Amino acid sequence: MLILGIETSTPQASVAIGSEQGVVASALVARGASFNEFLLPAIGFCLKEARLTYDNLGGVAVSLGPGLFSGMRVGVATAKALAQALALPVVGMASLDLLAYDVRHSAKTICAVLDARRNEVFYAFYLASPGGIQRMTEYALAAPDHVGAAMAARKGETLMVGNGALLHSQTFRSMDPGVEIGTMSTAFPNAHALVELVLPRLILGKSDSLTELRPLYLRRSAQPIRWDRMGVAKPA
Amino acid sequence: MQGNGELILAIETSCDETSASVVAGGRTILSNVISSQSDLHAEFGGVVPEIAARSHLEALTPVIATALVDADVTFWDIHAVAATLGPGLMSSLLVGVAEGKAIAAALGIPFLGVNHLEAHLYSNLLDQVGGSAPPGPDGRAEAGEPRTDGRAEAGRPRTDGRAKWPAVALLISGGHTLLIHVQGDGDYAILGGTIDDAAGEAFDKVARFLGLDYPGGPEIDRMALRGDPGAVRFPRPMLTEPGFDVSYSGLKTAVVNHVRREEAAGRAVSVADIAASFQQAVVEVQVAKAMAAVEHSGVDRVLLCGGVAANSGLRSGLGDACAAGGVELYIPPPELCTDNAAMVACCAHALLARGTTTPLDATPDPNLALVPPRA
Ligand SMILES: [Zn+2]
Repeated sequence: MLILGIETSTPQASVAIGSEQGVVASALVARGASFNEFLLPAIGFCLKEARLTYDNLGGVAVSLGPGLFSGMRVGVATAKALAQALALPVVGMASLDLLAYDVRHSAKTICAVLDARRNEVFYAFYLASPGGIQRMTEYALAAPDHVGAAMAARKGETLMVGNGALLHSQTFRSMDPGVEIGTMSTAFPNAHALVELVLPRLILGKSDSLTELRPLYLRRSAQPIRWDRMGVAKPA
Repeated sequence: MQGNGELILAIETSCDETSASVVAGGRTILSNVISSQSDLHAEFGGVVPEIAARSHLEALTPVIATALVDADVTFWDIHAVAATLGPGLMSSLLVGVAEGKAIAAALGIPFLGVNHLEAHLYSNLLDQVGGSAPPGPDGRAEAGEPRTDGRAEAGRPRTDGRAKWPAVALLISGGHTLLIHVQGDGDYAILGGTIDDAAGEAFDKVARFLGLDYPGGPEIDRMALRGDPGAVRFPRPMLTEPGFDVSYSGLKTAVVNHVRREEAAGRAVSVADIAASFQQAVVEVQVAKAMAAVEHSGVDRVLLCGGVAANSGLRSGLGDACAAGGVELYIPPPELCTDNAAMVACCAHALLARGTTTPLDATPDPNLALVPPRA
């Protein structure tokens, strides 16, 4: 089964097409938040180089974030529309799971950490399990201090991966001098891991509801409106 | 049922309406599904961009599915996909453009990024139900609703409901107030606009000040029907000045000051009278500028479009002026005045006819202009 993977929730976006035999084509770009320009030409490039067409796809995998809101939405919107137009099953996967999956051979506790801006990070803790990873905590949003404290409170050694781990490495090291911080090569979730993780589910016929598929925002959307900024006082 | 002509599936997500439509031959609406988010934004008194974007992403899949079912077609019957490219809210536009491009890519058919303002102009070119156009094949709801603008009863010039160029268009909505000389497809000259607030924005702000519900435009219109438009003589900004620009910021302030003054003097304030008098001032200015634009452009046709085109005062005011001047007036039915995807499909059809398509690396432009600035 050939499936398409889409990951656009961080400043590094990627797409990959793969099957049980592995990834057959992929494309990656890291130029901030211009995924809307990149995404469909990149998918077209991968299909063309792999001598495939959209009709050869058997499913779509998409990263749901957490991450950058616009990037997540572009990825999920594209995946949903492709699945809808081609009548394909779709599976969503958390970006943090993809990060942890890439370092699943570590014997340490894995903490996947993505930069959420405003001095906050998205994170979750994982343990390696046979053939993959097992998530130990909820996906959460917190200040780096809070994550560092949670890490220090856990037994054993920790490997932290993701751009949030790199960005706040000083904070994390100050709270747990033994922490291992991942490198740039594990700083971003990628579509390779996505294809590998999702393929078994699609082969088993498991998929997500197209209408219910939505990004993992982990942050409320509503900001209170300042009436005084709108040039009109609220009536007395 | 394919109607006559190529089928275009269009998506509109520029603000707070999620809409998808299938239009045949650029003029026959097979479906036009509109899912409004205004309830979600009501507690904030205005559109919250992040809420809008999240809602578009959730609504669009079922809205597209419904548009296809209502039109009785499948994806494989569609010849091209269109989506609004701007102007509008960036995060909202991104959702519609991403989905539109993906559908076009998946089906191997052209994608068209459409200017939202241009699409409003084309809302007048769709076959209007109840006019001379034949009814829908099986009398479905979108195709079977009678016209509601009441032009015929008022004895105004009858048209077949489908406009032609050249014309003067008054595009009036919550985000825009533009007088445009439409010379032909893609050939527009902007004659004037607002120098501050859009008309719909002024309606919303005054409504909020008066304690009316959101969205405020229809509420003011409703209240105005019960009030005296001559009760308060609010200023008519820019009315006597040359040119076609308008200004609504001062008018809004005049309403606020009037109400405060009356309350300070212990006099009772009639919200209905204030609403009627405010609406009258807007209508008078806007009608005068529109008729001056007609005179200036040497056309004999006015197209009203945009959300505020649903305002009853504006419809009758402009209707009377056009009737008196022997000018044809076109007003789309209300569901084509507010943001909708049928007008996007209609505009996309004209683009396609001109040989224009949009590459798949296109990205929305929240400030997209109707007339590109000349280099
Ligand atoms: Zn509009």
